[in-house]
Amino acid sequence: MLQLAARAWDRLTESIDGTLMLLAVLIIALGLFTLYSAAYENPARMQAQFVNIGVALVAMWIAAQVPPQTLMRMAVPIYAVGLALLVAVALFGEVANGARRWLHVGVVRFQPSEIMKIAMPLMLAWYFQRREATLTARDYLVAALILAVPAALIARQPDLGTALLVLAAGFYVIFLAGLSWRLIVPVAALGAVGLIALIAFETQICHPDAVWPGIKAYQKARVCTLLDPSTDPLGRGFHIIQATIAVGSGGFTGKGWLQGTQTHLEFIPERSTDFIFAVFSEEFGLAGNAVLLVLYVALLARGFVIAAGAPTFFARLLAGAITLIFFTYAFVNMGMVSGILPVVGVPLPLVSYGGTALVTLFLGLGILMSIQKHRKLVQT
Amino acid sequence: MKFADSPVLAPTFPPWRVRVVIGALGAAFAVLVGRAVYLQGWNHDFLRAKGESRYSRTLEIPAVRGRILDRNGEALAVSTPVKSIWAIPEDATLTTKQVETLARTLALPRTELAQRLAGTARDFVYLKRQVPPEIADQVAALKLPGIYQSREYRRYYPAGEATAHVVGFTDVDEVGQEGIELAFQETLAGRAGSRRVIKDRLGQIVEDVESVRAARDGRDVVLALDARIQSLAYGELKRAVAAHRARGGGIVVLDVATGELLALANLPSYNPNNRARVSGEQVRNRAVTDQFEPGSTLKPFTVALALETGRWTPGTLIQTAPGSLTIGPATIRDAHPAGALTVEQVIQKSSNVGAAKIALALPAEEIWGMFDDIGLGTPPRLGFPGESGGKLRPFKTWRPIEQATMSYGHGISVSLVQLARAYTVFARDGDLVPLSLAKADALPAGKPVLSPKTAAAVRHMLELAVEPGGTGPRARIVGYRVGGKTGTAHKQEHGGYAPDKYHSSFVGFAPLSRPRLVVAVMIDEPGAGQYYGGQVAAPVFAQVMAGALRLLGVAPDAPLKPIETPAGVLEVRESV
Repeated sequence: MLQLAARAWDRLTESIDGTLMLLAVLIIALGLFTLYSAAYENPARMQAQFVNIGVALVAMWIAAQVPPQTLMRMAVPIYAVGLALLVAVALFGEVANGARRWLHVGVVRFQPSEIMKIAMPLMLAWYFQRREATLTARDYLVAALILAVPAALIARQPDLGTALLVLAAGFYVIFLAGLSWRLIVPVAALGAVGLIALIAFETQICHPDAVWPGIKAYQKARVCTLLDPSTDPLGRGFHIIQATIAVGSGGFTGKGWLQGTQTHLEFIPERSTDFIFAVFSEEFGLAGNAVLLVLYVALLARGFVIAAGAPTFFARLLAGAITLIFFTYAFVNMGMVSGILPVVGVPLPLVSYGGTALVTLFLGLGILMSIQKHRKLVQT
Repeated sequence: MKFADSPVLAPTFPPWRVRVVIGALGAAFAVLVGRAVYLQGWNHDFLRAKGESRYSRTLEIPAVRGRILDRNGEALAVSTPVKSIWAIPEDATLTTKQVETLARTLALPRTELAQRLAGTARDFVYLKRQVPPEIADQVAALKLPGIYQSREYRRYYPAGEATAHVVGFTDVDEVGQEGIELAFQETLAGRAGSRRVIKDRLGQIVEDVESVRAARDGRDVVLALDARIQSLAYGELKRAVAAHRARGGGIVVLDVATGELLALANLPSYNPNNRARVSGEQVRNRAVTDQFEPGSTLKPFTVALALETGRWTPGTLIQTAPGSLTIGPATIRDAHPAGALTVEQVIQKSSNVGAAKIALALPAEEIWGMFDDIGLGTPPRLGFPGESGGKLRPFKTWRPIEQATMSYGHGISVSLVQLARAYTVFARDGDLVPLSLAKADALPAGKPVLSPKTAAAVRHMLELAVEPGGTGPRARIVGYRVGGKTGTAHKQEHGGYAPDKYHSSFVGFAPLSRPRLVVAVMIDEPGAGQYYGGQVAAPVFAQVMAGALRLLGVAPDAPLKPIETPAGVLEVRESV
């Protein structure tokens, strides 16, 4: 009997990477503590989040069972389905909060753009693997197209945050696949110049009458509000100001668990989802932030180790991209809450309340585990 | 790209590419750490304070304003709890029907209410203040969003217009504006307390942290005023003013022993409970703030000074024939030219020539000293806002004609309160009593001005003045001996004297054997034909004095028989 249980346990855990799992569990634990405080007036959120975690763990476990070769075979179908769903959203999608993002399938309502966060690196990694012997400049163009079409569809919904995440995911693959520096350096330089110009000429660029080509007014407002939150302290600047105050008033050691005044007096908006980092920072302070950052860095490091040890080009690209997506989530969210990045709807990975992002991230972790587990079994 | 360079053939990612990634990640995390240190270390105190300013609030706990009571505990001003209805226009999203209901409940025009609620970019607007609690409850029952109430107090004055000038009134925020309400603001207002509370983003009080300061309710002010005498005085004055079609009038009742102000009324008056259409004319506390030429009521002081010198006795004869006296370009006249009059008769008949002759025989400095001693030219320091001191010019600037006319109350001005107080000198055996608005606990010490002997002599003259043959027989009352003096003076107008406008006055005290009250009455511009103080003001004095003495239970000092005016004795009209 005991043997049976031990064997079942072994079977259950044989594909699980212990290090990755431990780090994820630690972050999840911190997240649950924070959520308990952030959603104190809404205890149902805690239960819902446990369900989310359960579902996400199952998704991870399944992903971890799937060998990279199978993943490779599934790359094109997943991408195609994702793309088709995005088109369907554009045609029949449900509008909420001024954006057409959701599809109703029976009782479930979901955002197909979320699929693209995994499908995109999968597809690109598949593509580069297929072309690995004969990689030319044309292949990068095709890759760019594979990336641009869904990204444009998502951006049009409009959902700039997700579009940027998908773009980033694709870009990481292309970059790791060997995108020429001659292309990267000029684009990076252009971006840097644009950013500096934006900060230097903020008053002119952010003038109410100034029109930014191709950017919606609310998106412009988010950037401009970040540059100077005091222009609209009760409106668009409210999130940033309140979050900054919450983070800052945490100090070195924080106000203590359940003691965050900004949190509990409902000053922090979206405090159990996108702005949960403000709650965490206020209650656990700089010390807490350091712990969280260390955990994230360790998780990323483990991801890179897995990527470095991956046997195939596909696996290596996929692992590297997934790890970088993880980083992007964490960096963009914490940057946004602490007031150095514009407000975009990106959750804090493994901490924010919400099922979709959790499942996506755990799927990513599952893929990483699968790559780690299968590194020696299959030789190219 | 050359085949050999293809990264795909490399066993791992190219090292420099990995290094760039690691470097970029390191830089990104460094930025995050830097930002965290900046916010949580460097800027911690600032941001913490900012946070506190968002949730920590100090609430004011209003203090209940003290009552104003009369000497017997009768309430003259009380604060009744009411509600104020206010709104946050942004939150008050009401349907047209709801606005209509609210407007009907509050008795406001619907358009006005809608306008207030539509006020742009304002997060606070009063809809209606001082709403009775039952109306406020009806509003609360409507459960409208964005409509709130706060507790306030409304001042109520039970005695209404009778005490309006003494008590005064407060503004809508219960700050004293006039009268006692203003003079005793500090005492009445108390001190609002404060509490520190924690409020959430929606302004709801989440936690009561501490009581920073307890509210201290205002203290009651107990006045010397007797509401019964006040009501009597106001009623009689009102009747006289109406009967004589006068522009206004004033009356002051003083307690001789304590200097307490037992009553003070003015006309025109106003209803302090509804001041929607009140003019400055009505609000003015004339008996305190307005000066007028007292006329003959000052003669007794000239005579008293003469008696004090010892050069005159009540029986000293003064030649007043031919009834006029020319000093320089001016001539002083008597209404009833007589021959030689005794000093006593100068008062009784109110002879201007007699008074002027006495005054001219006295040094100006001494006359000035007498007027100064009885409080003329100095505000009486009752505590009322805007007390007038009257006009008493330095004696060095007096011309002889002025010295003569001042002896009978011209070229000098006083307020009615000053005049009443001056008469306490005669009523109190020669000393001047300080006045008190508040109920006095102890007998105050008077300031000696005359010898008791002189005071008694003048009292006798003042009794003669109200007897048949004097100028004020209508001041007599049943059961009490009375002393007093009439006064009639042309009103000043445009720098001269108006030929047909008068101030008619009477000041006196009773009971004469042991004076208890001083009553001073002044009727402004009687317009129904009669204008002599003895005709217009003396009857008011008689009514009020008689009623007040009875109310106070003062023992009579004269036989209780009807007052008779012997036939054939003419009522003497005083000189004007």
